[in-house]
Amino acid sequence: MKNTVPTIIAFLSGLVMIFTFFVNPESGALGNLEPEILSWVTIVGGFTLLLGVVSIIRVNYDSVKRRQEGWGYKLATLISIFAMAIPAVLPISWTSAFGTGPNTIYDWLFNYLDAPMMSTMFAMLAFYIASAAFRAFRARNVEATLLLVTAVLVMLWRIPMGEIALRYIHHSLPDLINTYIMSGANMAVQRGIIIGAALGAAAMSLRIMLGIERTYMGK
Amino acid sequence: MIKSSKRIIRALTILILSYLALSFIPILADTTNISSDTLVTGPNADTTTILGEDSLAAIVQQDITPPTGKEKTSVVRWDRLNALIFMLIFSIVILIYTRWARSGKSLFIRKINGLDEIEEAVGRATEMGKPVLYVPGLQELDEIETIAGVSILGRVARITARYGTPLMVPVRYPLVLAAGQEVVEQAYLEEGNPDGYNRDMVRYVAGEQFAFTATVNGIMMRERPATNIYMGAFFAESLLLAETGNAAGSIQIAGTAQPEQLPFFVAACDYTLMGEEIYAASAYLSREPLLLGGLKGQDWMKILLVALILIGIILVSLGIGGWYLHLFTSV
Repeated sequence: MKNTVPTIIAFLSGLVMIFTFFVNPESGALGNLEPEILSWVTIVGGFTLLLGVVSIIRVNYDSVKRRQEGWGYKLATLISIFAMAIPAVLPISWTSAFGTGPNTIYDWLFNYLDAPMMSTMFAMLAFYIASAAFRAFRARNVEATLLLVTAVLVMLWRIPMGEIALRYIHHSLPDLINTYIMSGANMAVQRGIIIGAALGAAAMSLRIMLGIERTYMGK
Repeated sequence: MIKSSKRIIRALTILILSYLALSFIPILADTTNISSDTLVTGPNADTTTILGEDSLAAIVQQDITPPTGKEKTSVVRWDRLNALIFMLIFSIVILIYTRWARSGKSLFIRKINGLDEIEEAVGRATEMGKPVLYVPGLQELDEIETIAGVSILGRVARITARYGTPLMVPVRYPLVLAAGQEVVEQAYLEEGNPDGYNRDMVRYVAGEQFAFTATVNGIMMRERPATNIYMGAFFAESLLLAETGNAAGSIQIAGTAQPEQLPFFVAACDYTLMGEEIYAASAYLSREPLLLGGLKGQDWMKILLVALILIGIILVSLGIGGWYLHLFTSV
């Protein structure tokens, strides 16, 4: 029962999605079946959000209680959760600072704390790329040297000054890099990976629908 | 064996020919008889690829003519017929090989180093007395990459259950949390170590992409896991995670089907599963014949696609490939 029911649900859901792909929505043959099912996904997801909140509070609360290493960060996480959530769910009728609209506590915290922190994390990527590139582009063997030369050419091609320098060597060198490296070798490899991945995804979907693959249920 | 192969090749040939023949139906319908069934294809349909020049002229004409209210809308999306035929061929091939595998035939599967090294990497963590960190991607459970990540998590959890190695699985979505907890609990039960399971092994950390990344990076720097495994869909955070893990001195195994993120993982991780390998992982690790049969079918489909691409290259190079391209661009 524990295996059969999820397998049947997976099969029927997959079948409905396939049907909706091939049926014209304007014909009205399937009614609102597809949006209905997608709404169910959202509703189920909404219920599981509670599981997520319980999980994050329990894990962090335990760490704070036991004064584990880094408990201060976990305390900050707990305070942040309640500081964001409580003013957002309290009724706006009490004060205009509650709710999620403009000029509320939630809005202020989001715009002046959350968003800048996200941007900071993303901006740090530049430094991570530099350190990874430094390690990857060491000319240790023929392949690594080839990678280094290709990377230098592409990087030069992508910046205006580099492009001028390349054109100084040969007027059509940037165009050749674009044609043979980016639109040629790079594109071909990417497409090969995408085709393989798409086939793999389709095969796995089929295996799940037919109940052959049940590893996602722990079987 | 030879007999079966001949039978499969014959079946494939018939299927390909039927595909080519059936795919002509929408083209013929477009160029000879412009009916409202072919023209009304939904607001998102790309009319320039679905229809020929004559058909486009007909669309212009139709735009001028006011609707009479009697137009019939086709139930089936004929412009997607080629996708339907391809899907049927694909399903049949997979089923043939699954049946073949069920009959007990041995199937050769090439070596995937990244998957072979998972047990070694967990063993290293056990020897060092440090945890294993597993990240099943940053997408929801309705994405097939995440399901693949959760499947591999089950296999990794079996190894950690066997060795008694601590396991940490931070997740970004509550649905992935529920599925992950179920999979890990089942793995610990099946390995006869139910007491080793703790539901906080799989934990929800944050819903925002970079908040999640910051938390996982923090875990890496504080807890110093000996092994980091990333399997699933990753985006801009891939290098942030992998570089931090590298700096923390962990052995790292990554797998994703996102081609843009693969170079980052290759640069910062010890082993990387590329594209389809992530979907093959559950079959490869379990060695179940039924799952391996599906992989073999997938390989045949790749051969078929390569053949179709080569035919396309030849026809287009000869300047007679317009009709052939049409077969694959009308979806």
